[in-house]
Amino acid sequence: MAAQFENFEISEKKRQRSLKILKYWRERMIEQIETIAETELPVDERLKISRYRLMPDGSNVEELERQGRRIGIVTGIHGDELEGQYVCYELGRRIKEEASALCGIVDIYPAMNPFGIDNITRGIPAFDLDMNRLFPGNRNGDMNEYIAAEILKDMKGMALCMDIHASNIFLTEVPQIRINELHKERLLPIAEKANVDLVWVHGASTVLEATFAYSLNDSGVDALVVEMGVGMRITKSYGNQLTDGIFSLMKELGIWSGKVPEVRKPVISNDEKGEDVYYLNARTSGIFLKEKEHGSMVAKGERIGIIVNPLGGEILEEVEAPGDGWLFTIREYPVVDEGSLVGRILKGV
Amino acid sequence: MRRLNKEILYEIKALYRDDFRVTGYRFGKGEKSVCILGSLRGNEFQQIYVCSQIIRKLLELEKKGRIREGKEILVIPCGNPYSVNTKKRFWTVDNTDINRMFPGYSLGETTQRIAAGIFEKVKDYKYGIQFASFYMPGNFVPQVRMMKTGAENVALAKQFGLPYVVLHKPRPFDTATLNYNWQVWETNAFSIYTTSTSAVDKASAKQALDAVLNFLSKQDIIQYQGYEGYISRVVEGKDFVDVRAEHAGFLEQYAAAGEKVEKGQKLAEIRAPYTAGLLQVISAPVSGTVAFVHNEAMAYQNTAVYKLIPEADEI
Ligand SMILES: [Zn+2]
Repeated sequence: MAAQFENFEISEKKRQRSLKILKYWRERMIEQIETIAETELPVDERLKISRYRLMPDGSNVEELERQGRRIGIVTGIHGDELEGQYVCYELGRRIKEEASALCGIVDIYPAMNPFGIDNITRGIPAFDLDMNRLFPGNRNGDMNEYIAAEILKDMKGMALCMDIHASNIFLTEVPQIRINELHKERLLPIAEKANVDLVWVHGASTVLEATFAYSLNDSGVDALVVEMGVGMRITKSYGNQLTDGIFSLMKELGIWSGKVPEVRKPVISNDEKGEDVYYLNARTSGIFLKEKEHGSMVAKGERIGIIVNPLGGEILEEVEAPGDGWLFTIREYPVVDEGSLVGRILKGV
Repeated sequence: MRRLNKEILYEIKALYRDDFRVTGYRFGKGEKSVCILGSLRGNEFQQIYVCSQIIRKLLELEKKGRIREGKEILVIPCGNPYSVNTKKRFWTVDNTDINRMFPGYSLGETTQRIAAGIFEKVKDYKYGIQFASFYMPGNFVPQVRMMKTGAENVALAKQFGLPYVVLHKPRPFDTATLNYNWQVWETNAFSIYTTSTSAVDKASAKQALDAVLNFLSKQDIIQYQGYEGYISRVVEGKDFVDVRAEHAGFLEQYAAAGEKVEKGQKLAEIRAPYTAGLLQVISAPVSGTVAFVHNEAMAYQNTAVYKLIPEADEI
C-alpha cells in the first residue's frame, strides 16, 4: 500500500515537473496572430488575412531567415478545400506540446481566401475569380490583386513554403506533391522528404504562371504544392501524415530539434511529357458509382466503377482501367457530365 | 427554295437536362471567310443580342443575294446555353470558364471538350470576331481589343470603324482564350466590347452590328453600303488610366462610358453605406475619354471604377 502510494507520488512529481518544463518553454515561445493584409468592405466589415507565428522568444527574425530557419504553411487559397485546416491546427498543437524543440519560425496561414471558406466556394465569391490565378498580384491593383501582392510580400524570407490543397470537391487524391518541371531540380529533393505518397512532376504551362506557388518559386522561395484528400472534408489520417512530413522538413531546415517520425519514400512520377498517367474521363453523362478505392492497384480491364442512369435503371458505361497501374485519384462526387474526370491511374507502378 | 441556315455544331447528351447544344448559323458558301461568336459565359446577354441582330441582317442580305459568291460566314450566338439558362457565369458543374480552355481537348474534361468542339468548327476562318466581356461588371466605350502576339493586324481592326482599337500584352491566362488560339491558328482575331454585358444596350448593339457589316463589306464578304463609323484611334491598354475608389461604399457615377472628361472633373462619389457621408470625390486625373465605368451600386476598396483613355498628347 505504502509503496504504491510512493510510486504514485513519484510519478505525480514527474508529471508536475514535466508540466513545469513545458510551461517554462511555452513561456519562452512567442505566439503571434497578426493581420498581413486587409481591405475595407462596403458594409461594416474588413477583410483580413491572418498569420499565426510561432518562434522561440528573443528570436531575431532576420537572423533566423538568413539561416534559412523560417517555414510557411499556407492553405485555403481555394475556399472549399479544407484538408489543410487540420494540418494547420495539428502543427500548432504539436509545436506547443514540445515548445523546447522549436528553433526557428513557423508561420501558419490557414485562410488565404476567407470569403471562399465562408461561402463554401473554390474561388473568390463576389468576383468569381480563382485566387490561384492572381499572383503575383499588384499593390496598386484592385482588392484581390492587392491582397495577393501583400500575401507574397509576407512570404519573403522563407526557406520553404507549403501550399496545401485538397484536390476539389469532385476528386479524392492520395497525399501528393505537384512540381512544375521548371522547378524540379530544386524542389524534388525537398518533396521526397515530405512524407507524401506521390511526387508528380508535370509539364510547364503558361496558365500556371499566375499561381501562388509559381510566383514564390519564381521569386526564389521554395514552394511545394500539396494535394490530398477531397474538397469539403477533412481526412485526419492524411493530415497526420503530412504533419509528420512537415516536422521532418522542419528538422532538415533546423527549425525543429525534436524527434521526428521516419518518412515514407514517395512514388515519383516524372511526367513532364504528360505520358505517365491514364486519365479516365466519363464517356457519358450520368451517376458515377465507384467500385475501387483510391490508392488501389488495378490491372488492365479491371472495373473502376460504373456510370448509371437512375431514370431507367440501366448501366450507361463501365469504367475500366486502360492499363495496369496505381489508382491515385478517384471521383467522389457522383454526378458526371460527358468528359468529367472519374479517375487517374499512374502507369506501371 | 431557301436552304436552312441553322446547324448544330456541338452536342453533349445530358442526364436530366435537355442536351447541351452549340448552334451556328451559316450564310453563303465557299471559302471560310468570317466566324462571329457571341457569348461563352452565362451572363453575356448583350453578346447574344448583338449576334441575333447580325443573324437577322445576314438573313435579309442573303435573301437579296448580297453575300458574295464563294464566301461563307458562320455566326454562333452562344457557346454556353447551359450557363445562360441557369444564370451562372461559368460552367454549371465545376465553375470552369470555357474561354480559358482553348484550343480545347476532345478527350479531356467537359469544358475542354466543349472548347475543342467549338474550336474545331471555328478555327479555319480567315477572320474571327468574338463579342467578349470583362471580369468586372461595367460599361465600355465600344472598342476592338487585340492581343499583341506579333500576328495582330491593326489596320484591319480599324476597318470596324469603332471609336477605339485597344492593344494589350497577353497575360498568362490569355493563352487559353479563343482569341489567342485563333491567332495561333492564323485567323485574324478581334474581340469586340460593346457597352454592356448582362443588360442589353440597344444603341451599342446597333453600333456593333454596323461595325461588323462595315468590316464584312470592306473585306468584300458582303455587298453593303452602311454607316462608315469612326476613324478608330489606336491605344495601348497600358496607357489607360485607372481611377480607383479609395474607400468601399456606395458608388454614384457622374460620367458615362464614351464621355469626354476634363482633368479635375468629378467622375463619381463614394458615400458611407450607413450614414451617406461623403468618403471620396473621384475626379479625373487626366483629360480624356471614359473607356470603362464600373456599374455596381457599391464599390470595393481599390476598385478601378473608371478607366480613362487620356487625350493623345497626354500619353
Ligand atoms: Zn486547390
